[in-house]
Amino acid sequence: MDILEKVTNSDYKYGFYTNIESDKAPVGLNEDIIRFISAKKEEPEWMLEWRLDAFRNWLKMTEPEWAHVKYTKPNYQDICYYSAPKPKKTIDSLDEVDPELLKTFEKLGISIDEQKRLSGVAVDIVVDSVSVKTTFREKLAEMGIIFCSISDAVREYPELVKKYLGTVVPKSDNFFAALNSAVFTDGSFCYIPKGVRCPMELSTYFRINESGTGQFERTLVIADEGSYVSYLEGCTAPMRDENQLHAAVVELVALDNAEIKYSTVQNWYPGDKEGKGGVFNFVTKRGICERNAKISWTQVETGSAVTWKYPSCILKGDNSIGEFYSVAVTNNYQQADTGTKMIHLGRNTKSTIISKGICAGKSEGSYRGLVKIGPRAQNARNFSQCDSLLMGDACGSHTFPYIEIKNKTAKVEHEATTSKIGEDQLFYCNQRGIPTEEAIALIVNGYCKDVLNQLPMEFAVEAQKLLEVSLEGSVG
Amino acid sequence: MLKIKNLHASIDGNDILRGINLEVKPGEVHAIMGPNGSGKSTLSAVIAGREDYEITEGSIEFAGEDIMELSPEERSHMGLFLSFQYPVEIPGVSVTNFLKTAINESRKGRGQEPMPAKDMLKKMREVMAVLEMDKSFMSRSINEGFSGGEKKRNEIFQMAMLEPKLAILDETDSGLDIDALRIVSNGVNKLRSEKNAFIVITHYQRLLDYIVPDFVHVLHKGKIIKSGGKELALELESKGYDWLKQEATV
Ligand SMILES: Nc1ncnc2c1ncn2[C@@H]1O[C@H](COP(=O)(O)OP(=O)(O)OP(=O)(O)O)[C@@H](O)[C@H]1O
Ligand SMILES: [Mg+2]
Repeated sequence: MDILEKVTNSDYKYGFYTNIESDKAPVGLNEDIIRFISAKKEEPEWMLEWRLDAFRNWLKMTEPEWAHVKYTKPNYQDICYYSAPKPKKTIDSLDEVDPELLKTFEKLGISIDEQKRLSGVAVDIVVDSVSVKTTFREKLAEMGIIFCSISDAVREYPELVKKYLGTVVPKSDNFFAALNSAVFTDGSFCYIPKGVRCPMELSTYFRINESGTGQFERTLVIADEGSYVSYLEGCTAPMRDENQLHAAVVELVALDNAEIKYSTVQNWYPGDKEGKGGVFNFVTKRGICERNAKISWTQVETGSAVTWKYPSCILKGDNSIGEFYSVAVTNNYQQADTGTKMIHLGRNTKSTIISKGICAGKSEGSYRGLVKIGPRAQNARNFSQCDSLLMGDACGSHTFPYIEIKNKTAKVEHEATTSKIGEDQLFYCNQRGIPTEEAIALIVNGYCKDVLNQLPMEFAVEAQKLLEVSLEGSVG
Repeated sequence: MLKIKNLHASIDGNDILRGINLEVKPGEVHAIMGPNGSGKSTLSAVIAGREDYEITEGSIEFAGEDIMELSPEERSHMGLFLSFQYPVEIPGVSVTNFLKTAINESRKGRGQEPMPAKDMLKKMREVMAVLEMDKSFMSRSINEGFSGGEKKRNEIFQMAMLEPKLAILDETDSGLDIDALRIVSNGVNKLRSEKNAFIVITHYQRLLDYIVPDFVHVLHKGKIIKSGGKELALELESKGYDWLKQEATV
């Protein structure tokens, strides 16, 4: 019997619900709601105006359609746009954090203390839109590094926010970016001053908690000239029946000679075996590189019912470098349409794209990538490798590489492969004493190695575990 | 150690094994020879528990236990090892990582603690020295881009690390150069003891000069048509299979 046919699936391990009394906006979306959010956040007038402008743009836009993604469009008037866990008081140490919340993190396997102690990770935790705790903030402050919630940044560093917010992803960039610009409630802000090498990985855990709340994170990372930062973003959401919307915007600014490494592990609830529920993940992520700057996006995407996401690099400065390393796993009825855009504008700009798709069950995975070489981009180079690994016969994978070259000196290479986990590979592993589940994990991890190697150590281990969990039972 | 009685197996409705009887006792080395397509690899795959084959008749006992219902990994945990005629490539999985997983899963299967990393590395180094393997192998993806001979040597390396009770070597000699044949055979001989046994599948007497068998069997069309001592291999080397095939059809 073909063992690849015996498709079952394990239950989502992170399905639990934390009971924190929340402070919610009324359901629906209009200018008053935006004023409510802005007031809640104690924002300055210019920020409110910016939001309202985005909202008015959004009203004129239509939701995009994608060929290989099918989902029921959310009713944007049915969503609550602001929900904050009520803090009992201002929090200075972890002891004061809501014990319910800490339990949640424990279940997720994230021990903040452990992380602080073992790896020196500064964690900015976002639960349903409000940053609960920023650790290591003071230590970083000594070096002039700012790492805080975007709301704090709007209040405390308005010049920086005003200067860069919306410069990489304009507020009317696309339907979801416009919506995010209008209603974003939290997210992280990070500024690394000139010549400073951030001594630790900056990390944020996002998590959607309240039923029926959409989450609109806004992240802005600015690496000033000659600086370096590695930023980690991890996401998990508890089990929910109705679909939840997540429309985040991430903007990265790498000034001359700066480097930003941005890593994501996304494990939101993918829906159940029948395709019920799950998070809609529509994210706009983009970075801009000035001269000699470098941006690397690394992502491990295992969750969400629908993912639509193309972390991109605008290689504006000469000699700038863009990299995209991605593992996208889909199982059961999940759909992922992900990839990258590398826009080469400057001379001698280089980009590398390594995309590894894994499809199991009845899922659909697409890679969609654009490599654009502008007329001024002398000697631009791109290398793309897009591989798909199929498990079983009911899933589908698609590759859509778009290439636009306006400069004759450019060199663009594209390689693509599709393979299946072979019965021969499984039998070989079994014969050596490795059971099928473990064999799949081993083979999949091997397949993703080039991407996982890009992740910081502690994240790589977590990512490997996630891959195993999300593919558990996909071959029996 | 291994008792096979009247074993019949088929794949996609084709009968491949048609009544095999074979008994292997601890300390013995059995050689199985026979023309291409006679069912040698099929027999080893069926013993190892490959699910693609349907066993239509007969029984297999290993270490005193009926193993017909056991999964390949359970058989492996009991101490069964198969050196593949065509070892499989697993991209991105290093030899070290693969072996570590194999050893620890086997130990887990037997209710033992994982092997401490230090001990494992030490053992790997020792075995590699015996097999004259270069250190660089450890970090390469398993079998990916390995030459034919390197793949075979790597199979024996894994065997030596896993210390099986019964090892089936399916044409381990093919692809090995003259020196490699000697080195690999030497590695196998070092493992021979009163407690374990080997089934060596080969087309050539050459290997049996190094790994001297106690018994030689000739497989033809899914049946053992002749068994004898080590001199049978020499006879086959000079006479070929035709005289046996004729004898068998009579
Ligand atoms: N799926 C299949 N359907 C039909 N016949 C098959 C199938 N798989 C294997 N066979 C046949 O089974 C027979 C035995 O094959 P096997 O690989 O066991 O031979 P072998 O003795 O190991 O040969 P060699 O010396 O060439 O390695 C061959 O004739 C082969 O073609
Ligand atoms: Mg064979």
